[in-house]
Amino acid sequence: MGKNVTIDAKGMHYTPLNRMIRQAVAEGSEEIVLENVLGQRFIANGLRGEATITVHGVPGGDLCMFMSGPTCVVHGNADHAPGNTMNDGKVVIHGSAGDAVAHSMRGGTVFVRDNIGYRGGIHMKQYDEKRPILVVGKNAQSFLGEYMAGGLLIVLGMDGSTYTGRGVGSGIHGGEIIIRGDVDESLLGVGATKLPLTDDDRMRIAPVIREFAEAFGLDPEPLINAEYTRIIPASSRPFAGKYTWE
Amino acid sequence: MTIGSLPLRYKISIDRERCMECERCIDNCSYGVFRREGDRILVDSRKCTACHRCIAMCPRDAITLEECPCDYRSHPLWTRQAREAIYNQANSGKIILSGMGNAQDYPVIFDRLVLDACQVTNPSIDPLREPMEVRTYIGKKPSRIEVMRKENGDVELATTVAPNLQAETPIMIGHMSYGAISLNAQLSMARAVAETGTFMGTGEGGLHSRLYPYQEHMIVQVASGRFGVDIDYLERGSAIEIKIGQGAKPGIGGHLPGEKVCMDVSCTRMIPLGSDAISPAPHHDIYSIEDLAQLVRSLKEATEWKKPVFVKIAAVHNAAAIAAGIARSSADAIVIDGFRGGTGAAPRVFRDHVGIPIEAAVASVDAKLRSQGIRNEVSLIASGGIRESADVAKAIALGADAVYIGTAALVAMGCRVCGSCYRNLCPWGIATQEERLVQRLDPEVASHQVANLIKAWTLELAELMGAAGINSIESLRGNRDRLRGYMLDESLMSVLDVKQVGA
Repeated sequence: MGKNVTIDAKGMHYTPLNRMIRQAVAEGSEEIVLENVLGQRFIANGLRGEATITVHGVPGGDLCMFMSGPTCVVHGNADHAPGNTMNDGKVVIHGSAGDAVAHSMRGGTVFVRDNIGYRGGIHMKQYDEKRPILVVGKNAQSFLGEYMAGGLLIVLGMDGSTYTGRGVGSGIHGGEIIIRGDVDESLLGVGATKLPLTDDDRMRIAPVIREFAEAFGLDPEPLINAEYTRIIPASSRPFAGKYTWE
Repeated sequence: MTIGSLPLRYKISIDRERCMECERCIDNCSYGVFRREGDRILVDSRKCTACHRCIAMCPRDAITLEECPCDYRSHPLWTRQAREAIYNQANSGKIILSGMGNAQDYPVIFDRLVLDACQVTNPSIDPLREPMEVRTYIGKKPSRIEVMRKENGDVELATTVAPNLQAETPIMIGHMSYGAISLNAQLSMARAVAETGTFMGTGEGGLHSRLYPYQEHMIVQVASGRFGVDIDYLERGSAIEIKIGQGAKPGIGGHLPGEKVCMDVSCTRMIPLGSDAISPAPHHDIYSIEDLAQLVRSLKEATEWKKPVFVKIAAVHNAAAIAAGIARSSADAIVIDGFRGGTGAAPRVFRDHVGIPIEAAVASVDAKLRSQGIRNEVSLIASGGIRESADVAKAIALGADAVYIGTAALVAMGCRVCGSCYRNLCPWGIATQEERLVQRLDPEVASHQVANLIKAWTLELAELMGAAGINSIESLRGNRDRLRGYMLDESLMSVLDVKQVGA
């Protein structure tokens, strides 16, 4: 195989498909194009290296789970939990994604152009230089960023919608959630607190928004200059006061 | 001060005739019971947890401990524990946190089961002169195999067999994380399992680099917090275990308090220093039995179907039906953790009241899987309150393939079951991250003790099998005919599928 490989995934089970992807990476392919993907789970699961995988179609659940390095671009929607427990690399979805997007993600970037389901960014964490990023172009459902222990989660509200999900950041003890517009106090979960976005914050997130806009061919400036609410932990020890010793 | 001070739980006394004031008790007690004032060693018994470190280290046997030296008015319902929990919660308004396993006085089913031996009609076997097969394979067994006969007469297996773990004994060590216990404690157990050809679990705390030399004997855990989980970690383990629940606290998650998250724990778990490590109650990517199958297959796919994947559940009311679902998820083994399972920290109300005994759970799971014709799809590992080799034999006769021990391995390293593991002050260097305390546990010595325990139990197991005329662990598995119930009620015996003594 050369530097570019195209795999027709039509009717293929995920195990042989992943085997072919792994083999292509092992043989030095830098661009791997998957055609006719329809519901195959676990694509690029646990994959290392720096290849770019382009998916045409709709991949199944746990896309790029445990992935450590590669880039995966999906031209279509994605199912449940893309970027689950991902370590490093980048997932770009030209469409929407299901529940638990970027679940327990520890590093790398997930960009979703449209909407995501429930529990987006749940239990994202960070350590040392590893700081995962999830950016959603339009909107997200309830329980966003629950138990978040680190990382950055941005909801851009590009379609002009307002965030109305409940339980944002329940049990959050690290990281930050940035949502377009105002987020009503009643929508915040236990342990989450909201602040206005400062100029420093805006400077900090601007490069991330520029990268997102570039991935989808959008103008970044209106997104950078929009109004946002920043949601952070009220404490890094949300359970510290809950217990007494026997 | 409406409630006032409660009676002492333990009273420490020093025999002044015997004491030579060497101060080893002062040095060793991490709870601050002892201090020197002038020419006397003084005692503050209220701080005592009955860890016995002072007693074990006193060179003159000068220290004695008395439990509950001051009585309450006795009452069968309003026990000391009931009253003291109320005083505690009236003062604090909080959930009571406890350590170690279930402290309620429930009857122990193991102690109401007796084993069989041969007399006259079939000879017993002496393990000294006959081979005794205790080697245990953990993983899927094919329902049928096909072989190919080669021209030279050799046969070759044509069926692809799923990966299995080969353990030289059915005794493995369960998951106790780095964070909950010290690195020296993990290291001691890792050396012991490598020496005895068995396996241990990492717990949900990642795999410290000093354990890499023993990784072929480590089962790496993936729990709801996903701490320390990346592709390297998954590939290092000999098997991967998804922790759904734990016998000591079924249905709830875990919180490693920030105090225990030191530099080394932080980098192994991959979380910031001093932050709480929170494992949510469910896995938030598993909300159904189908989602569980997805995680099992995701882990297999990530590791190219080379590793067995275990699923651990707490023994709860519907364990049998749940296990039947797990057995269809591509999982290779199911771990069932009974309600006596230990823990570093659990709410007392869960530790003492939620879940069912391992004996009933393993018997009903085994029966359910056999009735559905899928027992070969998974191995069963029983855990939670395995105290001696007889418990191992009984668990296997009730249907388990192997057992996990936990507390027993800690006791082999000195643990006195004081149950204060959540305080990070374990004077035995086991359940602590305090460097000066961790140093007390020498892996060189402790690993021999744990290995000795596994060897001794395995020898006893072989003797018990030989006495029953059984020369292979396979023939003991699920062999309820070699068990009898003694003073068990009829309905429980029907769940266990054992006859009563004399029948």
